[in-house]
Amino acid sequence: MTFLSALESKGSRVAAQRPWPRVVVDAPTWRQAVIGLAAGEATLLGLWSDGEAVHLALHAPEPPQLLITSLPCPARRFPSVAIAHPPALRLERAIYDLYGLEPEDAPDKRPWLDHGRWGMRHPLGVPEPVPAEGDTYAFHGAVGPALHQIPVGPVHAGIIEPGHFRFSCNGEAVVRLEERLGYVHKGIDGLMRGASLDRAAKLAGRTSGDSTVAYATAFAGAVEAALGLDTPPRALFLRALMGELERLANHFGDIGAICNDASFSLIHAHCGILREHVLRVADVGFGHRLMMDCVVPGGTAVDLAAAGAQAIPTLMRTIRRRFPELVELYDSSASLQNRTITTGTLKQPLARQFGAGGFVGRGSGRAFDARKLPGYPPYDDLRFEMVVRQNGDVDARVWVRIGEIAQSLALIEQILERLPPGPIRAHEDLPAPGQAREGLALVEGFRGDVLAWVRVAGNGTVAHCHLRDPSWFQWPLLEAAIEGNIVADFPLCNKSFNCSYSGHDL
Amino acid sequence: MRKLLLESLLKAPLTEAPPSPDDGALAELAQSLERASRRRLGRSLAIREVDAGSCNGCELEIHALNNAFYDLERFGLKFVASPRHADVLLVTGPVTRNMREALERTYAATPDPKWVVAVGDCALDGGLFSGSYGVVGGVSAVVPVDLHIRGCPPKPNALLKGLIALVDG
Repeated sequence: MTFLSALESKGSRVAAQRPWPRVVVDAPTWRQAVIGLAAGEATLLGLWSDGEAVHLALHAPEPPQLLITSLPCPARRFPSVAIAHPPALRLERAIYDLYGLEPEDAPDKRPWLDHGRWGMRHPLGVPEPVPAEGDTYAFHGAVGPALHQIPVGPVHAGIIEPGHFRFSCNGEAVVRLEERLGYVHKGIDGLMRGASLDRAAKLAGRTSGDSTVAYATAFAGAVEAALGLDTPPRALFLRALMGELERLANHFGDIGAICNDASFSLIHAHCGILREHVLRVADVGFGHRLMMDCVVPGGTAVDLAAAGAQAIPTLMRTIRRRFPELVELYDSSASLQNRTITTGTLKQPLARQFGAGGFVGRGSGRAFDARKLPGYPPYDDLRFEMVVRQNGDVDARVWVRIGEIAQSLALIEQILERLPPGPIRAHEDLPAPGQAREGLALVEGFRGDVLAWVRVAGNGTVAHCHLRDPSWFQWPLLEAAIEGNIVADFPLCNKSFNCSYSGHDL
Repeated sequence: MRKLLLESLLKAPLTEAPPSPDDGALAELAQSLERASRRRLGRSLAIREVDAGSCNGCELEIHALNNAFYDLERFGLKFVASPRHADVLLVTGPVTRNMREALERTYAATPDPKWVVAVGDCALDGGLFSGSYGVVGGVSAVVPVDLHIRGCPPKPNALLKGLIALVDG
């Protein structure tokens, strides 16, 4: 019996949950799950609350592959997961901030998303009014001779999202980096409550703007699982097409920006041109450069325009002609490689322990891609390879992106060849299920696996929705990867991770 | 690299003809901008971008302004790293409660005369996120706004039209 099936047998199955099982467990079984996580028998996929219970999503390679264990919290407390398994720490702090469910014996009790600015504590649990004056935040110290601190943010020098970084340095060397996030917390969990599926899909698509297709696809997948809808095959292929275009655009942007942070602006300029080509084709094909609101529960909102179908093969040719030159330039420029090789190394055991997704995990030997496992249509029908590198440095994360661009091109060609005819939407109006239904979906965005869990109420509105960005498990690793590097290499390391602030802050 | 550089030199530039300034933007600016202060700054403005809570969609399109197709700097507009060097604050997002003070301080750190351009539908009134406990509302709820550029996110051309109105109006 596998670890997950053993856990499953100890809980009572929730009939409303699709497609993977959710079981309600008691505190001893919850603790067993935590011990198993700490021992590496499963990977943490998510930890969230709906205000009444805490839910722990686990992944393991053998069936059932994915399991949610739920612990009801009538006393508004639950045994800490982070006490044995650090990747859960920030998720737990967020649960306490939003819902007031307290992780017992948690190793870090500082607020995370709550900066003392909301005028209340626990806005989604039992709200307590407090003055919105702002909390002071006790950063972790670093002790030693001649250490100084550099505070950076929340407003950064570039055109990027806000967050605070506190560096403790010895001269140029970073001894410790501590992140403080939550600045762009918009209260998405709260806005989702009671929202219609249309509005909720729009919110999901604006959780992290660079991954709007991935989020909308994950949300739609969760709703479709909950309601037992069959998504038309054409819509599934169109979603994959949009998803791969999104991956291409972001990978071009990232490769250019990483090189730019090493002062190699030529590659940046040319990658910017390729990115613009992709966005223009997306606009022609689907009517929006970022393809926002194109994926909806039940299918897609738009079909591929004829002009888009013509423009995509031209785009493929342009990329195939222009990109290899840039790769060769990257590979043969010693001044650039001097900056990226052995910089910001993320060790493999940490990537595994945190279940790091995307180029962060795959650059450090973690062969995980949600398109392969658990897998979802149409990818189970398409041929592509998972790109994995072992070194874990900035260079490895660049090469994973380079490899994935080639894979996305091959995928787009297969999708266009095999794009089935037929409708793009199952129902104009989705049926109300009559009673509460739940669904979960895991979708591979450009940055890693996006998890969406939704509970649809009997009247067809969203009772609860939780969206987990891959960045939750990548941000903490950036703190580890930067240690011992020089301050001047931080932008390079940060860009090679390219974690989402908005997706994390919710 | 030499081949790439040579090709770039010999080929026609990718940069596209500028759009004409947005009429709506010109009308909005006429009310808030004094001709005198515009003359004093000439046709060159330094822009500081502030994400006050956006989903990052607007930032992606603002970034695009720097690519070869839009080439923002040909209009005398450039992005700077500090509000102390800026004439214009380009603010995105619904302003979150957690970013309110940072936005106020950035505004205070920008020397006069200064203008605020609110970018995106969320920056107008909070957009999809208005009403949340975590959100103050649009940018004008926190700092005075001289120009709104609508869109979710606005396309680079819409951003260009609005910004050209700032220097050309």
